[in-house]
Amino acid sequence: MSRELRVSKIREGTVIDHIDAGRALHVLRILGLTGSEGLVIAIVMNVPSKKLGRKDIVKVEGIELREDQVNKIALIAPSATINIIRDYEVVEKVRVKVPERIEGLLRCVNPNCITNQPREPIKPRFRVVSLRPLKLVCEYCGAELGQEDIIAQFTGGG
Amino acid sequence: MDQRVSTVLRGRDVISILDLKRGELERLFEEADLMLRALEEGRRLRLLEGYVMATAFFEPSTRTKLSFQAAMLRLGGAYIDLPPEHASSRAKGENLADTIRMLDSYADVIVIRHRLEGAARFAAEVAEHPVINGGDGTRDHPTQAMIDLYTIRRALGRVDGLVVGVLGDLRYGRAARSFILGLTLYRPKMLYLISPPQLSCRREVLEKLEERGVDYEEVASLDKVVSELDVLYVTRIQRERFPDPVEYEKVRGSYRVTGESLKGAKENLVILHPLPRVDELAFDVDATRHAWYFRQARFGVPIRMALLKLVLRG
Ligand SMILES: [Zn+2]
Repeated sequence: MSRELRVSKIREGTVIDHIDAGRALHVLRILGLTGSEGLVIAIVMNVPSKKLGRKDIVKVEGIELREDQVNKIALIAPSATINIIRDYEVVEKVRVKVPERIEGLLRCVNPNCITNQPREPIKPRFRVVSLRPLKLVCEYCGAELGQEDIIAQFTGGG
Repeated sequence: MDQRVSTVLRGRDVISILDLKRGELERLFEEADLMLRALEEGRRLRLLEGYVMATAFFEPSTRTKLSFQAAMLRLGGAYIDLPPEHASSRAKGENLADTIRMLDSYADVIVIRHRLEGAARFAAEVAEHPVINGGDGTRDHPTQAMIDLYTIRRALGRVDGLVVGVLGDLRYGRAARSFILGLTLYRPKMLYLISPPQLSCRREVLEKLEERGVDYEEVASLDKVVSELDVLYVTRIQRERFPDPVEYEKVRGSYRVTGESLKGAKENLVILHPLPRVDELAFDVDATRHAWYFRQARFGVPIRMALLKLVLRG
């Protein structure tokens, strides 16, 4: 049994495992959770991990993730696994996947990019050029988005 | 002429110089040779009779717009031009997508210039007909790069194996950027990127040079490399790039090309400039054998004739 199980198990809900160390709170922001919702939330940060060296884990009682949330988590924690728990058992385990192209989830960082024009029928579109470190390129203007830009957009910091 | 090769550009959008392969560019240059000869001989061409081109310039331009319009007329075609007041009142008027849809229903090809980056690519997605980028933001100006490469080919017979210097604003200048990207379709021996540090080439462009195996070196001044160069591409450094006017004056002085700064240059060094110039290229260079920039400007029409012909008819 791994040491993370010192955190109590949840009955129904979601466990997000293999989050890059230090990013658990960003994941909570993506899920829109502040703690005041009354849900049982367990956060484990910076525990040893074979795959990542160190990792974070987030457990939330009583929720299942929407697709857009899963896609966003993939962009800040590309190795994350999402476990759906029912009656204390893992009934489904999905590994997030960073798609080759990302449409609509992010804004371009270039203020002179056509995708930042509010009156045009256009969705920002990015191509993933590197996974670690994560690097996206705007398909319209060529601007690069790095991990920090993405975190800032998802957590309202930018 | 190989039919298969001759039709490859038909119906295609031309947004970046890298939308073309080397073979396609060579095909374009052969076509431009024919166009140039017809112009020199005063022969009238009717290759695009019945075709209509729309020019949509949301940013002022004289040379690019007029040379596209002249090219179309020289081929027996016609053009319609988006009125400047429509282009400039966009903030309260029609959006780009609707304007492009309108032009797309009137014309067979659209040439667009826009201050926003990615605008030409977006227009190409909206339009059914081919879209040619006449310059967008600080990024792409593919027809300028075609003219530049064609001039080198006319002057020196080749691009491969040459030592090329690009001087000036390599960061925000779309002509310099497109020229540098265009060079990656060839195998220059060496590329010197000559600029003040504030205006150095963007990382994404350097990465492209590395990916395509073009040897380059970033240098701060012309005098160390001038004697090695076969081609020197000069671009303007704009005052707006410098918050501090003192800094601008300093930089402007040291990136000015004069007869004096060309002492020690090779006998047949070719100097290019996308024009218009301000004072980065001194008038005393005009009389030297290095001055190719007026001929370069004259190639604007035959290159655009060749491109319009290939895009519309193959
Ligand atoms: Zn962009």
